[in-house]
Amino acid sequence: MNDMADTGEQTIKKFLYVNRKAPYGTIYALESLEVVLIGAAFEQDVSLAFLDDGVFQLMKGQDTADIGVKNFSPTYRALGDFEVTKLFVEKESLEERGLSEDDLMEITYEDEDDDWEEKPSIHLVNRSELAAVMAEQDVILSF
Amino acid sequence: MKFGIVVNEGPYTHQAADTAYQFTKSVLEKGHDVYRVFFYHDGVNVGTRMTVPPQDERHIQRNWSELAEKYDLDMVVCIAAAQRRGIMDENEAKRQGLDGDNIAPGFRISGLGQLIEAGIQSDRLVTFGD
Repeated sequence: MNDMADTGEQTIKKFLYVNRKAPYGTIYALESLEVVLIGAAFEQDVSLAFLDDGVFQLMKGQDTADIGVKNFSPTYRALGDFEVTKLFVEKESLEERGLSEDDLMEITYEDEDDDWEEKPSIHLVNRSELAAVMAEQDVILSF
Repeated sequence: MKFGIVVNEGPYTHQAADTAYQFTKSVLEKGHDVYRVFFYHDGVNVGTRMTVPPQDERHIQRNWSELAEKYDLDMVVCIAAAQRRGIMDENEAKRQGLDGDNIAPGFRISGLGQLIEAGIQSDRLVTFGD
């Protein structure tokens, strides 16, 4: 909290949204995404973490037609447009579920500081690296 | 210290709303500030005045309402989560063409921006529930 940036007009804090649940079966993933989208308007330093069953939220080819629930997975691919560009996925959680990065959607953003080059938003990190990411946050919302 | 409180589970099924209440009450009694209590997910169900638990049980909504009155607490129920679950204030019920409202005293309905703002303005944002 001591290294919190204060621009004078506006406080910028480091926000981390921790996603730990599968996308369907409970509403946590969808309502977490709603917070992320609304929160983007506040121009904070936002990161998302996906661990435990939360890694399923980023799976390719989600199809909810047979369960009568809206498939909201395309929204993750639009996060770059909201300047949400740091998605940390825990490697161990993927491996424990027999998944790899190839099973995840391709999520990118255009880097305005680098001639709008298209860059990947997803970063695979191991458990201890994710712990370090968490340690440097000001606000953590876990869903 | 200035606290923000987030309640993510409804009353009675989970203990989160009780623990959040005890925590909020304690920090206020110790002289700390609570910037806002934000009710999200099923937590919005804490904010209906229509709950009637058996008489020998704690009344979670009433506990919160009384705490809000005593300390002039700002208690916000997320509008998107509330609409999904049928928590309405008078204005919102009217706007949606519904025949009644159920928001409890001390609670108000507002947007998710109030949660982000609580995170920005509080020294610590403490979440209760899964």
